[in-house]
Amino acid sequence: MLQIALTLAIFLLAVIPAGTYMYHIAAGEKTFGDPFFDRVDQGIYRLCRIDRRGMGWKEYMGNLVLTNGVMILMGYFLLRFQGRLFLNPNGAAGMGPVLSLHTVISFMTNTNMQHSFGEEGLSHLSQMLVVIFMMFTSAATGYGACMALCRGFAGKREDVGNFYEDMVRVTTRLLLPGSLVIGLALVWQGVPCTFGGNVTVETVTGSFQDIALGPVAALESIKHLGTNGGGFFSANGASPLENPTIISNLLELFSMMLLPAACVLTFGKMASKGKQGRAIFAAMAILFLAGLALCYGSEMAGNPRLAQAGLQGPGSYEGKEVRFGIDQSALFTAATSAFTTGSVNNMHSTLTPLGGMVPMLHMMMNCVFGGMGTGLMNMMMYVVLTVFICGLMVGRTPEYLGKKIEGREMRLVVLVLVLHPLLILGFSAAGAVLPAGMETLANRDFHGFSEILYEFSSAAANNGSGFEGLEDNTGFWNITTGIVMLLGRYVSLAAQLAVAGSLLAKRRVKASAGTMPTDNGLFTVLLVFIVYIFAGLTFVPALALGPVAEHLTLWF
Amino acid sequence: MERKMSDRQEKTRLLTKDIFKSSLLGAVKKMDPRYMLGTPVMFVVEVGAVLALLLTVAPTALGDSPQAVEEQNLRLYNGIVCGLLFLTVLFANFAESVAEGRGKAQAASMKKTRQDTGARLLGPDGKETAVSASLLKRGDVVLVKAGEVIPGDGEVIEGIASVDESAITGESAPVTREAGTDFSSVTGGTTVVSDWLKVEITSQPGESFLDKMISLVEGASRQKTPNEIALNTLLTALTVIFLLVVATLYPFALYAGVRLPASAMIALLVCLIPTTIGGLLSAIGIAGMDRVTRFHVIAMSGKAVEACGDVDTMILDKTGTITFGNRLAADFYPVGGKKKEDLIDYAVLSSLYDPTPEGKSTAELGRGMGTRVGEMEGEEPEFLPFTAQSKMSGVNLKSGVRIRKGAAEAIKEMVRAEGGSIPEDLDSVVSEISGWGGTPLVVAADHEIYGVIYLKDTVKPGLAERFQRLRDMGIKTIMCTGDNPLTAATIAKEAGVDGFLAECRPEDKIEAIKKEQAEGKLVAMTGDGTNDAPALAQADVGLAMNSGTSAAKEAANMVDLDSDPTKILEVVEIGKQLLITRGSLTTFSIANDVAKYFAIIPAMFTLVVPQMQVLNIMRLATPMSAILSALIFNAVIIPCLIPIAMRGVKYRPMSAEKLLLKNMGIYGLGGILSPFIGIKLIDLLTAPVLELLGI
Repeated sequence: MLQIALTLAIFLLAVIPAGTYMYHIAAGEKTFGDPFFDRVDQGIYRLCRIDRRGMGWKEYMGNLVLTNGVMILMGYFLLRFQGRLFLNPNGAAGMGPVLSLHTVISFMTNTNMQHSFGEEGLSHLSQMLVVIFMMFTSAATGYGACMALCRGFAGKREDVGNFYEDMVRVTTRLLLPGSLVIGLALVWQGVPCTFGGNVTVETVTGSFQDIALGPVAALESIKHLGTNGGGFFSANGASPLENPTIISNLLELFSMMLLPAACVLTFGKMASKGKQGRAIFAAMAILFLAGLALCYGSEMAGNPRLAQAGLQGPGSYEGKEVRFGIDQSALFTAATSAFTTGSVNNMHSTLTPLGGMVPMLHMMMNCVFGGMGTGLMNMMMYVVLTVFICGLMVGRTPEYLGKKIEGREMRLVVLVLVLHPLLILGFSAAGAVLPAGMETLANRDFHGFSEILYEFSSAAANNGSGFEGLEDNTGFWNITTGIVMLLGRYVSLAAQLAVAGSLLAKRRVKASAGTMPTDNGLFTVLLVFIVYIFAGLTFVPALALGPVAEHLTLWF
Repeated sequence: MERKMSDRQEKTRLLTKDIFKSSLLGAVKKMDPRYMLGTPVMFVVEVGAVLALLLTVAPTALGDSPQAVEEQNLRLYNGIVCGLLFLTVLFANFAESVAEGRGKAQAASMKKTRQDTGARLLGPDGKETAVSASLLKRGDVVLVKAGEVIPGDGEVIEGIASVDESAITGESAPVTREAGTDFSSVTGGTTVVSDWLKVEITSQPGESFLDKMISLVEGASRQKTPNEIALNTLLTALTVIFLLVVATLYPFALYAGVRLPASAMIALLVCLIPTTIGGLLSAIGIAGMDRVTRFHVIAMSGKAVEACGDVDTMILDKTGTITFGNRLAADFYPVGGKKKEDLIDYAVLSSLYDPTPEGKSTAELGRGMGTRVGEMEGEEPEFLPFTAQSKMSGVNLKSGVRIRKGAAEAIKEMVRAEGGSIPEDLDSVVSEISGWGGTPLVVAADHEIYGVIYLKDTVKPGLAERFQRLRDMGIKTIMCTGDNPLTAATIAKEAGVDGFLAECRPEDKIEAIKKEQAEGKLVAMTGDGTNDAPALAQADVGLAMNSGTSAAKEAANMVDLDSDPTKILEVVEIGKQLLITRGSLTTFSIANDVAKYFAIIPAMFTLVVPQMQVLNIMRLATPMSAILSALIFNAVIIPCLIPIAMRGVKYRPMSAEKLLLKNMGIYGLGGILSPFIGIKLIDLLTAPVLELLGI
């Protein structure tokens, strides 16, 4: 408990300067590294012939899709032909077409769902030019889209910014230096970083074991900083080579939580009313703490059947790393799903039913801080919804930050709100009845259903973690989750940017005593309620047949 | 004013027998699926009802096993579900019909005045032909004599007459209509009581003001407002989400090894989609318009009423709106050592034959202060009326005494010319009165100045509190007046407005509106004259007086039939109330779903997970009774809420935050809790019945 509280307290201290720094990057204001970074940026702009004029939301989105599309194509061919390319000390073969496509989509959409086995299936070149490269660019893309949205909502300028400028500035000023520092710190803690191949060692029992090595620390740092989550190893953050110590664990935890949370404060600064950002931040924090409490409580309560058999210590340790314990495991689980990173330091499938429901719930809400930028964007949809419903109750047509919320905005907002359950529930239904889905389940019970539900929630929320227990490297899973990831990412982004664009074009109305305040505790509480009610009403029946049923049968 | 509003509302009963009957019929007629498509939420319920009907006739049609049908008496159960669903649709349609019915009842009384009347059409040569009023076109000129009904909307081009407008306004006192003034427009259906008028018709047949009013009130030409459209989008989206939830639940349940009965899924769907607000939404809109109409204001569209709720700034004319418009005598100030009694006497004498409000009020005040002047019987003094040139008025008594009252400068000049002296303290008294915002009228008899009458612009009682209430609602008031800044400031202070525009010309008003709008504010204003028309058009909410010119009425988006400018305050409150009602019932409707889940989810899955009974926190008797109870609650809540939809939720001006907290408490928290109680109570009643029926 104390551990969790301390971790979160340190996190809070770090978020505030990070939010200011990100605001300076987004607003083109002075940052400490300007003399150096400006020169780098200028070089890049000149080299790529980037025209840095402001864009409308359509142009911004168009360039975003185009850039991401080109990267997907490049990544695809790299994976297909990695076997014939250099930096392949372990001799990984070229990847199959469906798995290749799934992998690039997964990384480009900031999902990092891995149906391949990282350390075996990928060459070092692929790890760097596909995985690590996309970890940077997808995070920068998410950040860019988010800043464009914030500019639209804040309405301080005519355009939503320049996509390329956003990408470049955040990469040079935040992602690269940040990753470098975190990477070095991880190396200090014992995370390997090498171009060398696997080593074979003689273990204490006298047998031989292959130890996979590679540019692990380089991947690990941006994996968390950019809320990506794909592991170098398939065991992800539970593997001692990715996450060897409590310090590396904290480092990874902080780095994945930092930027999504800072985005919210950045928005607050952009709207030049810091309080607006704080109200949303508080709502996210409440949602997060509630999830964390449920997960932690459930893990501490453990499994009554094991307790009866006298097999249980304090709480449920199944599937957890002893070096992290229940505290750091529950915190990591809650964080990785809330911040939709998707790296794991314990096996989510072996969490207690309600403990395992928490990450599902976080991904279903998809706005509890959320992924790099996209979390705030999703939350803004809920903000608009809250303003709409509650705004009416003060007797005015609803408005947010001085802009009226009308039919067009509502249509776009509900598109985002419908899309998410459509992807999760629709595809889960297919997975639950089609033999192609059923055959891959490790368990054909409520838990198996949770596996399906988790997989699609993870894909739709661009989280990427797996419940595991699912034999997911099949055509069915690769294709369905691929579609879900693509739609979940780009359709949402487009609709969200359209909302921002639509608001930007509106006449600003002035706030008065009759306007619903959106920067106080009451609004925070209402926002939390709206998120719970909507996410709850949408997913309760599905959850009832998954983790809830599992919990009830276990305890009653 | 406030009392008037509540009086009116009490007078109209929610439901008369006639309206009830016609609404029942209307509710059935509206079951036409083509009509239902307009409200997607209720359309889904109707489709569900048809499916349930199918399941009643052929219980195995949608995959339920014959064995289950036999064991659980599914046919009867499906029949009950079907009945409840149709009832839900019927209740929603009934709500809409009642709202329309109340409007129609209003319109009917108006229609009576539209019986086809004859008209004297004047040809270009001045020849009179008798035609039917319904044949009159724009530009025709008609003659209307005393006792005749004015055949159409128009402008008086010649003549002056008193007109009885009670058919439209309900006010029995006749009003004067005169060519070439601000009071030159007449409305079809009103009656000339005395004299005659030559009227140029300004409306095409079937498009007269009365026609428009009737169709608006009937709800025939009702268009969905932007906010209604946005809300409808949300409700439709919720419906789609719940369709998705229920549709995917079937395969989920199959996976878990249970085949959900089709009727249970339909019931779950209908319980979850926002039927309460979906069913009441259009009724709320119609009733909102109706409330405005009952208040004798005709809104040209529902959008106008909605916009009222958003008003940030009100631009109000001083004269007529804030003050009574006439400067009334408030006190007498003697100068030069004269006695106050003498001053009062001369002031009263000078005013006895003065028909202006200033004169009348002076005489009245003098009498109240004990003047010694009686009615001057027999004596017919010569009365000199006020002119712009002389700037004074007065009487010449038979005794030869000439009494004058008037502007200080004019009187001083006259006295000087006649060799009289000016008392030393006159100037200070005059400027003091001006400083208070009053008008000083100096009284002189022959060449002696006796003192000053203090004329004051009187603020209507209760306005200061009203403006305070507006401030609490976040609405700023700005007063427009032609007065000088000093006078304006005094009145502004007394009335408690937030700002004022002194020496204001019509174009200044437009500038003021534009300035407020540029700051992102919505502006409301009232007006009557032709020169107000551009400002009325520029304002976001323009309320024209029915007594005003037709140009003003065209430009405004609302017309007040009683020509009471202060009504804009009430209209704003009605607008807010409309939006609050919509928001509150939406919140209530969505919040209801929480309890319904607790009723239905355990009921559905108890078969496959017996432990689900833990979630049956209401302890509902059986799965079937749980589902039916939720469904009954869902249906019955609609008629229960009709009164709120019709009358609007209670609204008292207060800050947005307090208002939100209050309404959230009632409709949000209440919306979560009340169905728990309601469903439990219904279950207590239905469970024994169902047991008897063998379900």
